[in-house]
Amino acid sequence: MIIDKRSFTALLLAAAFSGSALAAKTDITLGMALEPPNLDPTGGAAAAIDEVVYANIFEGLTRFKADGSVHPALASEWSIENEGKRYVFTLQSGVKFHDGADFTADDVKFSIERAKADDSTNAQKGLFENITSVEVIDDATVAIDLETPDGNLLFNLAWGDAIILDSESADNAATAPIGTGPFTFSNWVQGDRIEIEKNPDYWGEAVALEKATFKFISDPTAAFASLMAGDVDAFPNYPAPENLVQLEADPRFKVVVGTTEGETILSMNNKSEALADVRVRQAIAHAIDRQAIVDGAMFGYGTPIGSHFAPHHPSYIDLTGNSTFDQDKARALLKEAGVEGDISLSLKLPPPAYARRGGEIIAAQLREVGIETTIENVEWAQWLEQVFKGKDFDLTIVSHTEPLDIGIYARDDYYFQYNNPNFNELMAAFSKEIDIEQRDIMLKQAQTIISEDYVNGFLFQLAKTGVANTKINGLWENQPTQANDLTGVSWSD
Amino acid sequence: MLLYLLKRLFSLIVTLFVASLVVFVVLEVVPGDPASYMLGINASADTVAALKSELGLDQSRFARYIQWVGGMFQGDFGTSYTYRTPVAEMVRERLNVSLPLTLFALTLAIVLAFPAGLLAASRRGGAADSVVMAITQLGVAIPNFWFAMWLVLLFAIKWQWFSAGGFPGWGEGFFVGMKALVLPAVALALPQASILTRVLRSSLLDVLNEDYVRTARAKGLTRRQALWRHALRNAMIPVLTIIGLQFSFLLAGAIIIENVFFLPGLGRLIFQSIAQRDLIVVESVIMLLVFAVVVVTFLVDIAYAWVDPRMRRGF
Repeated sequence: MIIDKRSFTALLLAAAFSGSALAAKTDITLGMALEPPNLDPTGGAAAAIDEVVYANIFEGLTRFKADGSVHPALASEWSIENEGKRYVFTLQSGVKFHDGADFTADDVKFSIERAKADDSTNAQKGLFENITSVEVIDDATVAIDLETPDGNLLFNLAWGDAIILDSESADNAATAPIGTGPFTFSNWVQGDRIEIEKNPDYWGEAVALEKATFKFISDPTAAFASLMAGDVDAFPNYPAPENLVQLEADPRFKVVVGTTEGETILSMNNKSEALADVRVRQAIAHAIDRQAIVDGAMFGYGTPIGSHFAPHHPSYIDLTGNSTFDQDKARALLKEAGVEGDISLSLKLPPPAYARRGGEIIAAQLREVGIETTIENVEWAQWLEQVFKGKDFDLTIVSHTEPLDIGIYARDDYYFQYNNPNFNELMAAFSKEIDIEQRDIMLKQAQTIISEDYVNGFLFQLAKTGVANTKINGLWENQPTQANDLTGVSWSD
Repeated sequence: MLLYLLKRLFSLIVTLFVASLVVFVVLEVVPGDPASYMLGINASADTVAALKSELGLDQSRFARYIQWVGGMFQGDFGTSYTYRTPVAEMVRERLNVSLPLTLFALTLAIVLAFPAGLLAASRRGGAADSVVMAITQLGVAIPNFWFAMWLVLLFAIKWQWFSAGGFPGWGEGFFVGMKALVLPAVALALPQASILTRVLRSSLLDVLNEDYVRTARAKGLTRRQALWRHALRNAMIPVLTIIGLQFSFLLAGAIIIENVFFLPGLGRLIFQSIAQRDLIVVESVIMLLVFAVVVVTFLVDIAYAWVDPRMRRGF
């Protein structure tokens, strides 16, 4: 066959072009505002840990998908026996840990017992409280026995705190995490970045990315610069809502505003002298203009709430009507309580922008109805010590980011010190209920009780403001749990 | 000279001991503990207690102080509470960024300041002097983070010659590493160079009024010759002092610039560790810095003796 020089060149060119057209990028650099302190999700509460490892490096028996629903992960299926007190899980076959060890029922037993143990340092130990024993039936079958029937078990097992570790490598998970996920840990330059790589032996559907880098950029201006300079491909939780408009106008980026599990509340100390009176708490609830806070502190991103419940949850009911912005009503309530013009509260603000900026606005709004506040800015460690543990506060602003965490209102010793036996009973009944319809009704009741008791000033649901290169597909739009699940992420050509 | 060194060594040990006490006591008084910080707001009290005992935080203060100081004597700085890695290793990694950055910035400052200072002093009152004075005035006045943002805006976003920040690590090659440090070093060097220029100029002008310079001029040297041969060396004392101070400042005080360029340096490590109450890291890094400052001061003292023989007699 004779090929003349010209057509050969054309052929080469064609090959080169088709080659480049096919080769979509397979590595991604994600920006994160906070660096995880370590990489063991079973030994710390930092959201940044899960934002690196959840679904990427580590997997549990079940997992959350992007819409917050619970799906099988390491357990392929399960059956419920003994009137809801025994769950029998069939495990995925052929699963290996990143170091080559086989994943078996023993690992499930080990991981759950480790989380439950007396010396466990699991930040969500409560998730496992109801589990009495874990029984290995054979290598691929494991049964979990419960104290009482528990409708939350599959949900609880999907948390990052319930991932499965291998007994051989569990102790080193903080710095050298070995999981079963589609990515393996490859490198950590502390203070700068963490790199993970595709796990070629992954048991499930192969991922499109070969490599992913998490880069830690805490300064909002630097975050903006890193996107503009192309150092970072996406910022799933972009820390500076003030310049989202500018990024949205840039054709290189898409801005995606989703929801999170973060109920941002003006927490009130229900046992402090002034706030023990429900009328005072109600007055505060009516004195707050939620939309003004969302606009002023969050640049318009966030949804006003009227109870401690996420608006995107199917059982959500809109209770914002219980605390409409009504200054006259607030003044009248204060008068009724006999504290009109004679009330001064401490307002302790932790570092996040929603608290610091929101706090200033709330202080101004409360002053309008005659409530004076003394603002004190505190660091997180100080907040935990003084507010959370010491209960030395009147008001504070915090976003509670755990999914479906209305149960905290049933804890009598919790920092806002709410104590309503009816609510406690309801939550106890709820955790035992398996019927979906009943559960729905109970959740609605729970929302109503705390809303009408004006336990806290319910402000808004924190938004997830993500920025990404327009060619990236598959990043989570919402944040049902704190994670940057990269299993479905790819670049388009 | 030997006696001088011994005296110095003694004062170094006393300084370190006092510093270790102060640092430890101050951090003990600060509210907040690392275990609660790590476990967040859903953890139960017994979980926090379990973590505290795992970290050794349930021991008495005295025992922990002795353990910490004793460890340092053996070169063991302990293990970070939150990162769970040896502190020495963490500090070494951060120094890999902070030390080259400091040296880079300081070199840049010196290279800019010496010609500028000499020029201004030798042309006192002239146009060159006015220009140098005006520029350095600006250099001292401009906040370095603002200047840094301009550098990012121009060189990283507009022209994309440099990354907006981050540090790839020396493993990627010397020049890749140095390139990542260019913008931060320039941002750090500008105010330092300005200060240094002004100090050098005024110090030179002081010396130029001295009798021995007049004598040198009288024996026939030109103004420039007198400046180079007699004045410069004598004008060095305050300049060396400033350089010594700048080194210590840049090593850990570059935190704002580290934030702008998201560099994993020592300043950010301290900041982060304080926020997380990772006390052992804070304590050890501060001790390291105290040590560095003492050593640098010592080196500056030796340099004094080198430029000014009179000071050697005191040793």
